[in-house]
Amino acid sequence: MIRFAWRQFRAQAAVAAAGLAALAVVAGVVAGARADGSLRAWLGVLVIVVPALTGMFWGAPLAAREFEEGTFRLVWTQSVTRLRWLAVRFGVAGLTSMAAAGLLSIVVTWWSGPLDRAAANQFGTFDQRDIVPVGYAAFAFALGVLAGMLIRRTLPAMAVTLAGFVAARLAVLTWVRPRLISPVALNLALNPGSTGYGQAGTLSVLFGRPTLMPAPPDLPNAWITSMRIVGAHGAGLTTAALDRACPGIGQGRGGGGGGAGGGLGHSQAPQSVVTRLQDCVAKIGTSYHEAVTYQPASRYWPLQWYEFAIFFAAALVLAAACLWRIRRAGA
Amino acid sequence: MNAALAASGLGKRYRRRWALSDCTLEIPAGRVAGLVGPNGAGKTTLLQLAAGLAAPTAGAIEVLGRRPAADPAQLGRVGFVAQDTPVYPGLSVADHLRMGALLNPAWDAELAWRRIERLGIAPRQRAGRLSGGQRAQLALTLAIAKRPELLILDEPVASLDPLARREFLQSVADTVTGHGATVLLSSHLVADLERICDWLVVLVASRVRLAGEISALLEPRRPPGRPGAGPVTLDDLVVACMSEADGGERGRARGNRAAR
Repeated sequence: MIRFAWRQFRAQAAVAAAGLAALAVVAGVVAGARADGSLRAWLGVLVIVVPALTGMFWGAPLAAREFEEGTFRLVWTQSVTRLRWLAVRFGVAGLTSMAAAGLLSIVVTWWSGPLDRAAANQFGTFDQRDIVPVGYAAFAFALGVLAGMLIRRTLPAMAVTLAGFVAARLAVLTWVRPRLISPVALNLALNPGSTGYGQAGTLSVLFGRPTLMPAPPDLPNAWITSMRIVGAHGAGLTTAALDRACPGIGQGRGGGGGGAGGGLGHSQAPQSVVTRLQDCVAKIGTSYHEAVTYQPASRYWPLQWYEFAIFFAAALVLAAACLWRIRRAGA
Repeated sequence: MNAALAASGLGKRYRRRWALSDCTLEIPAGRVAGLVGPNGAGKTTLLQLAAGLAAPTAGAIEVLGRRPAADPAQLGRVGFVAQDTPVYPGLSVADHLRMGALLNPAWDAELAWRRIERLGIAPRQRAGRLSGGQRAQLALTLAIAKRPELLILDEPVASLDPLARREFLQSVADTVTGHGATVLLSSHLVADLERICDWLVVLVASRVRLAGEISALLEPRRPPGRPGAGPVTLDDLVVACMSEADGGERGRARGNRAAR
């Protein structure tokens, strides 16, 4: 059964192997030209996209195409139980998916190494490096197979696989990963020289109100999960409190940006505005401080293993569901 | 008596629709049995239950004395050619024969390769490019070369032209004489079955309307020595049986309406 499963899969595996080999050669050739940051970004995108692709193009059709073309009636009436048939096909293609994602991650991690070290932002490329891509590939593949078994049609199964994979990745990224290990808390005095005024984040630009913005603390390679201005009892700085302490703080923003010092990259505001902001920060700083939570650089590998384990365990659960389902799946 | 297939009270429901219900049937071993009936009578469902592709919703079915598809050994004893004779379009004919060899312990490679050669099918040809007749022959070769004790064929000739149809049925008949396997094949055309079958089952709306050895079924209906009356054909017999069943259904429906 293994040899037949491999015969059915070898064309796809050959495409993947050729792609990986080409990538390795290209990466080796341009290893001297690492200065180009856009290639690093593209490689990162590739590592993120490949697990979704293997899930859609290897996982989803695995059972769905057999149903669509009726060939399950041919292969399930050979002298191999359908449980074994699925287990072997699942194993061959699933392990190949994981190997492909793993090799790709190795190449990209190696190639980007010097740039990553210079950037000192290892959590910025967390899901493009090391072992988590292997977990993503396992999960996407198992999701694809199960979708194909339940829907029994290739194209809808591919669409469901993509949607489910993206949803799972975003859910883990947003809600799970920051909470896997409780973050370290750090309290800092407000620095009038590096605190700006404005809004941060995509959503708060639309809905939030401008407030004081402290600069991130200098923690190389750490992952800053939250950054707030809080009072003695842990209450956040409200807009009302800010207006009370510094009346008219928001009025000097006409100059094209409210950043004062701090290297926020805006055009320089008039000196009077800067002074007023610094006075305000100093005043607020008597009763408020900056509360930062972060994951230290040393937690990079534990978090890699945890996230890999989460996706891999989910893949095992999906695989078990596939094997349970195949006993009941019929003509 | 050894039954190649025995079903009692067999039923299969797909969602809300019963594709087969309360079917009781026995087919003795060593026969070439034809399963005939109108569309929707449950022929395909019955054969898929026998091949173990579907599990019964009600009742029980035994094939060669055991539950269908119970384990690899039982799977190896039954050859199955599905309706529309599915094959892997991307794999070559040779790949299919290698698949048969890899997946069946009792595989007769020599038989398979000889058959493909005799049929004039190029082994390197992709199965997706074969004609309907060649594809059916490939599917039949796969089913025969695993040396089954029971060969099940679901409407194997439905999509073939008359010549390919004749050739296909002839190869089934040759196989049986060569290996002594039991054959169960379905069709909605009596003429197909008449050529090779010696046992007949008429299935109408899940019910077995008629079952038995064909010569015995025809014998008593032949008018004894009355001149002028032609011999009763199998076709006449089946049609009479089906319309009788149909009339019976209508009669019952009328009765129900009157009772209301």
